[in-house]
Amino acid sequence: MNSWDWSAVADFMPRFWDGLLTTLQILVLGSVLSFTLGLVWALGYRVKTRFVRWPVNFITEFIRNTPLLVQLFFLFFVLPEWGIQFSALTTGTVAIGVHYSTYTAQVYRAGIDAVPVGQWEAATALSLPRSRTWTAVILPQAIRRVLPALGNYVIAMLKDTPLVVAISVLDLLGQARLEGGMTFQYNEALTVVGVAFIVIAYPASLLVRALERRLVR
Amino acid sequence: MTSGLWQHWVLPGIWITIQLTLYSAALAVVVAFGIGMARAHRSRVVRFLAGFYTEIFRGTSSLVLMFWIFFVLPNLFGWALVPMWAAVLALGLSYGAYGAEIVRGALNAVAPAQREAGVALNFTPWQRMRLILLPQAIPEMMPPFSNLLIELLKGTALVSLLGVGDVSFAAYLVRLATQESSKIYSVVLVIYFVIAFVLTRGMRALERKTRANLGLTATGGAR
Repeated sequence: MNSWDWSAVADFMPRFWDGLLTTLQILVLGSVLSFTLGLVWALGYRVKTRFVRWPVNFITEFIRNTPLLVQLFFLFFVLPEWGIQFSALTTGTVAIGVHYSTYTAQVYRAGIDAVPVGQWEAATALSLPRSRTWTAVILPQAIRRVLPALGNYVIAMLKDTPLVVAISVLDLLGQARLEGGMTFQYNEALTVVGVAFIVIAYPASLLVRALERRLVR
Repeated sequence: MTSGLWQHWVLPGIWITIQLTLYSAALAVVVAFGIGMARAHRSRVVRFLAGFYTEIFRGTSSLVLMFWIFFVLPNLFGWALVPMWAAVLALGLSYGAYGAEIVRGALNAVAPAQREAGVALNFTPWQRMRLILLPQAIPEMMPPFSNLLIELLKGTALVSLLGVGDVSFAAYLVRLATQESSKIYSVVLVIYFVIAFVLTRGMRALERKTRANLGLTATGGAR
């Protein structure tokens, strides 16, 4: 078992591509969900009535301070009890999207707070309706500022996608585990998957850093 | 839920989760300071190696790393780690890499004049680090370290996938035994939330203490 059998890597490659595709699919859909829901939370923080603001605060704090893995199990086992059936892949994507929405919400919140007060006053002076103030004045400026931070959370999400193996989704890690289980050669498959994460995450983080330098000055 | 499950699995599970958090946090702090200070070293080789470490461990997923340490390391070196220690190693090494960035950022945030003053007083680099830079940088590190500690606490749940009997694993067993998912998973989520709350409070107290040592108030600014 000490020897490394590189032919095993060749055998693993078709599985690797399948897994990579699943991982990327979870990542893309999870990101879209977290960006959208995060914005909803962030607007919820600013609602004047406490009956909206407090629950939003509590829910996001709760989700942010509890493990994604347990939330994943919660959704996977509890939703069917309530009569809601999702596939494991959908459950995993939703869990990751909802979990990270509580992080993106904080990012949006900071971005919205960073828009100068004068911009709000200008919108009032032009007597723009409230919805126009948000869509035409505040959000475009806020989101431009927070793009790098959102990018960082996409990278963080990438590194959390392997958790879906817990509900037996065959993502990258899932495929590696399956391969290891069949051939008893975990070394090659797990190493290839570990390297794949670094190969994707490192250039992505360089990209985000470059974006940071360009947008945040 | 039957009382036996609670006593035999959930309570010991909570204790194991707390132990895991403390051990990995201890390792992560050692790694964070070691690597973080190495990134401010004079020698280019030391700086490069420290940077390489952070990129590798921040680049990969901690679950993949945990599996790798658990399954591949024994094959490579012929010794196996107890799952608990494999988990502590994986969590400590990867969260230490995130911590190293915090240490580096805080050290960089100390005013350059402070460093120059140390040079002017003929302090050795180690004296400068120990007597001038670290005491001023540590209070800066506390809020991000607090966030990282919560991330680490949540990361400990991963060990249940290696069969370590932490509170997540206990929840899994209780679900199998009772076939009731909503109750046990809600309870476990609340348990994590409570532990996170206690940790946050503890870190805030620690932050006040480190600031007070510098003669600063909790809100910042010198008196």
